[in-house]
Amino acid sequence: MSPRPGFILDVDKSTPPVLFWHGEGFRMEKLPTGSRVVYPPEALPPLKDPLGAIVNALENPVGESDPLSSLLFADMRLTIAFDDLSLPLPSMESPDIRQLVIEQILDLAASKGVDDVVLVAALALHRRMTESELRHILGDRIYDSFAKMGRLTQHDAEDPSNMIHLGLTDKGEDVEINKRAATSDLLIYVNVNLVSMDGGHKSVATGLASYKSLRHHHNVKTMVHSKSFMDRDKSQLHSSNWRMGRLIKEAGVKIFQIETTLNTNTFPESFSFLQKREWEWNLRDRASFVGASTALQKSPPWLSRKVLHTIRSPYQLTGITAGEVEAVHDITIQNVYKQQLVEVHGQTDILTMGLPYIGPYNVNSIMNPILVYCLGLGYFFNMYRGMPLVRKGGVLILSHPTRREFDPTFHPSYIDFYDNVLADTTDPLEIESKYENSFATDPWYIHLYRTGHAYHGVHPFYMWYWGAHALDHLGGVIILGGDPKTVHRLGFMSASTMPDALEMAQSVVGPDPSLTHLHSPPLLMADVK
Amino acid sequence: MDYKPEKLKKVISKSIPGFPFKAPTWPSSVSRTPKPSKLGANYDTEWSRTYPVRMVRSLFLDGVARPLIKTLIKPTVYGDDRIKDAPVPVIFAANHSSHLDTPLLASHLPIEYRHKTVIGAGADYFFDRTWKAALWSGLAGAIPIERNRVNRKSSALAETLLNDGWSLIIFPEGGRTPDGFGQTFKAGIGQLAKKSNVPVIPVYIKGTYDALGKNSRKFTPGPTSISFGYPLYLGESEDVRAFALRIQKSVDQLAYELETDWWTARKASALGMIPELAGPESKGWRDEWNRTKYKAAKISGSPHWPKTD
Repeated sequence: MSPRPGFILDVDKSTPPVLFWHGEGFRMEKLPTGSRVVYPPEALPPLKDPLGAIVNALENPVGESDPLSSLLFADMRLTIAFDDLSLPLPSMESPDIRQLVIEQILDLAASKGVDDVVLVAALALHRRMTESELRHILGDRIYDSFAKMGRLTQHDAEDPSNMIHLGLTDKGEDVEINKRAATSDLLIYVNVNLVSMDGGHKSVATGLASYKSLRHHHNVKTMVHSKSFMDRDKSQLHSSNWRMGRLIKEAGVKIFQIETTLNTNTFPESFSFLQKREWEWNLRDRASFVGASTALQKSPPWLSRKVLHTIRSPYQLTGITAGEVEAVHDITIQNVYKQQLVEVHGQTDILTMGLPYIGPYNVNSIMNPILVYCLGLGYFFNMYRGMPLVRKGGVLILSHPTRREFDPTFHPSYIDFYDNVLADTTDPLEIESKYENSFATDPWYIHLYRTGHAYHGVHPFYMWYWGAHALDHLGGVIILGGDPKTVHRLGFMSASTMPDALEMAQSVVGPDPSLTHLHSPPLLMADVK
Repeated sequence: MDYKPEKLKKVISKSIPGFPFKAPTWPSSVSRTPKPSKLGANYDTEWSRTYPVRMVRSLFLDGVARPLIKTLIKPTVYGDDRIKDAPVPVIFAANHSSHLDTPLLASHLPIEYRHKTVIGAGADYFFDRTWKAALWSGLAGAIPIERNRVNRKSSALAETLLNDGWSLIIFPEGGRTPDGFGQTFKAGIGQLAKKSNVPVIPVYIKGTYDALGKNSRKFTPGPTSISFGYPLYLGESEDVRAFALRIQKSVDQLAYELETDWWTARKASALGMIPELAGPESKGWRDEWNRTKYKAAKISGSPHWPKTD
């Protein structure tokens, strides 16, 4: 049976309570009659022969590109860059798609006698990955062959000797990227395109760039004018990346882009209720839900987190395209839309959504309050095409416990951002002008980024800018079940129950408001007409 | 003030919290797509042919059903010598008068067949509830046979099992006789024999209608008989309908043999004078009589008037 497309449910009296993610747990909320619930499409069927599809993509590239086998030669410098563990979410079951693709590339390179091969994790300003995380992404065979010889590297944006300035775009943007990648005879980029924001020129122009380069598009002005950053044609973030990507090409960097798309088989069988519509839950789903939610509720947050972060997603490959960056990305985006797009007619006064325990920046870590803000106002709010799902001046209700919890190893600068910056102001423009530079150039944060597993000092600022468009658009944000003190620090209101939240929202949007719930998981993108 | 105690169902319902502890309600705006049923002809009986279940069934058949049947309806078995050298597997085709037929025949099959035989049972009657399906397939080794429409699934299952060496008990009349007279054998038996290339052993069961007929409300213990005929093979150019008729006539002959004696029955058979189990032409009014008898019993009861306060 072919998978069912996305679906808009009109809530009536007989609609059962709806599932909301609530951090490391769940909430079941009865929504008012007349509300809408946007359900994602079912997972698309996977490619029948993933390995065959990879080989086929490498040998039949799209755009102006020769087959990979003809681009490889014995004395060349070959660099293979790949996305870090912020994709996909949660991490996929072994073998990761990057492992499968890179193994095929290395087989080809070996057959052509290429000796000078270096692998680079395209971290940008993300944290360095641990050995076990790299082993998970690449597999033991690749890790053992390259790590010991120093040929498996993680991009260091703060190492001046490893960066090269390629010039300025016509808008005056600095393009500074990884030197090894830029000076190779061929740079192969292996991407995982989980959402429509990923991939294209953003892979190299962001993933292998320095702070000097990133600040041209990771800023408040660009983010406010990216409506949304999930819609490339209306995203200034992407326009900037595209300008940089074209300059990289003009500078003579030869890129062979490989983009992959996955279906939304996000959770294993034991959590299958997360992938179903509530009225279709059978006895087993209900028992799994009651068991899982009770256990997670009774456990301390650290334990629930530990359990949830062990989940590996049974994602399956739905598409792989290789060749010239822009031609590849056009096909990839269509594959992503095919899986995630749901047509929705009209905006809403109140938009509700549940936030999970995981986002791109807290894999194997804590979802701290700034990441809660970023996931809700940055990622989920922007999962639209056309216009936002909630009207201008509307209210966003997020469900998350939002505790004041931080991971000092991974997110040291986040703690200072929360304690010092947010205590002063929550206005993105003020934060940017007053504090960004001091965090971005702080030697201690740079040291932790380069030698430990810390996100760069400027990273919490980017998280805050990520939500700038939503802040500009919304009339209010309410965090359902959030810790009042922490929520207040973020500049929002907290409510303990859904009826309370709705009453508070009505004081902003007026009486008898319309309500839409974005049902996740799995991921979906609203195509708002 | 009148105190009306709440119904137990209501009390239990109130004490259990709602969804997800209870089944979800279905939003009225969402149309239901019928799910493929796991019951009826779709019921998967494979588990009932696993060794542990077969062992339990053997113990039940030999240790419980057989002694009980021997005590209650005292069966006499005739003609088992005719099937002594018959191949394995075979199809046992019997007339059908009572629910007793199945345990009676299953527990009195020759030992070569008894523990590796499945029983074709009406999918709509024996497999319409999960518990019934589990009970009949587990204890009797029943497999669902669609009686009311053509279903490839049930015939394919029977064919597969025959090819795997399982014998099959089938009642080609398609249901119990409502009046004690026989019914026409359906052509499906011939089709199955043709597809599986397996011989059919005609079986006549006598006395079970009197013990527990279709419309009987009580069980009346009494003597019963089982008579096995020679294995019948489908002729090379024989039509499956003609073969079904031949099986039916063989059962008629076995019945006549029990009524008279072997020699008389042989002579009558040679002359084409075997009376049919289907009985005389008057069968029609008896059917009607039975139906109206049931109806009349209902009508003759005390009338129920609507309650008024």
